[in-house]
Amino acid sequence: MSELEKARIATVSLAGCFGCHMAILDIDERLIELMKLVEFDRSPLTDMKTFTRRCDIGIIEGGCCNEENVHVLRDFRRNCDVLIALGQCAIMGGLPAMRNAIMHSDAPLRECLEEAYITGDYIRNTTHQIPNDPALPLLLDEVYPCSDVVEIDYQIPGCAPSGDIIFNTLSSLLAGRFHGFARENIKFD
Amino acid sequence: MSDPDFTFTIDGTTIPAKPGQTIMEAADAAGVYIPRLCDHEGLRHQGGCRVCTVKAGGRSVAACTQPAAPKLVVENETDHINKLRRDLVEMLFHEGNHLCPICEASGNCELQAMAYRLDMTGPTKFPYLEPCRAVDASHPDIALDTNRCISCSRCIRASQDVDHKGVFGYVGRGIHRRVAVNGSDLAHTDADITDHAISADVCPVGCIIRKGVGFATPIGEREFDHGLIGSDIEGKRRE
Repeated sequence: MSELEKARIATVSLAGCFGCHMAILDIDERLIELMKLVEFDRSPLTDMKTFTRRCDIGIIEGGCCNEENVHVLRDFRRNCDVLIALGQCAIMGGLPAMRNAIMHSDAPLRECLEEAYITGDYIRNTTHQIPNDPALPLLLDEVYPCSDVVEIDYQIPGCAPSGDIIFNTLSSLLAGRFHGFARENIKFD
Repeated sequence: MSDPDFTFTIDGTTIPAKPGQTIMEAADAAGVYIPRLCDHEGLRHQGGCRVCTVKAGGRSVAACTQPAAPKLVVENETDHINKLRRDLVEMLFHEGNHLCPICEASGNCELQAMAYRLDMTGPTKFPYLEPCRAVDASHPDIALDTNRCISCSRCIRASQDVDHKGVFGYVGRGIHRRVAVNGSDLAHTDADITDHAISADVCPVGCIIRKGVGFATPIGEREFDHGLIGSDIEGKRRE
């Protein structure tokens, strides 16, 4: 199969821990089988920062915690035929979404930043300021699941998803015969 | 003289039943699983969560409280009913703060297991309410994280009917109704780690936490990592 006939996959990690990208490697030796069918475009795995052309599948790790995440996610929706949310953070916000519901707080984002940079017992921050360099992406008021920002076609659950569910989903999507997950493969942890 | 035993059908399968049995009790005995969250063996039935909704004679009823009747035609595992159940379970996830990756109950959680069984994997159409609820870690042996509470009342019924204590109860109305403790906090109640209400089986989620035993069984080797919820009841049918 020539390079042009291979399906193109793009991946990105938004507000995630990169664990879902590591989980892609849990496909193990089946990666060789998969790589006969696909080629990676924009992805941390190729270190390509922009799309070279339209992709068949876009894989999103992590939800949206800042404005850059939103821009990147919309760019993926524009450039990918099928968009997959990979893992709990992309699906429902995950651990970063814990800042959405800080107890007794009217302004959870401010309380989160103040504890992280100013008031926390174990902080050594000589500037006594919350970082505000213009180069830093603006944080959103809350962490949003991907499906709140763009239309998501498929969600692969897990934290991180198993190599089996990632491989089975990708290979059945590429073969055009995806009919849902095997129930024993569905895990939220 | 008592009424004779009778039969009814669930999804076309003939189910034997005794007078006074609910649809769910007869189904359990026959090895037919009807999904449920608020119903628990040994506690009185409540009919609160509605996850056990079935169509009986064409009407939607809670299988845990509806008495079985002769020649009743019950629909259980249909696409329509399972979609209703999936929506109910999804709304329970969205109504509290259910972060499976950080929850000690993950893998033993009936809410999570029900989501697995009902294939809750599609993009959601409901908003996340993200309530702010305080954690009560005042008791030396027990912690309460009501962010994970689904208001099933299993702890209320266990404490009242089995322990005869009344440690837990409902407060508030409608969407504001919550499970609360009978005291300023859990340390100021007569709750004890040996109470049935505190035992690992009663709370279906990770709300009642027994201190000191967390993660004794690693993630991946827990109850619902080994089989779907309800597979023990369905196993009876194959035997």
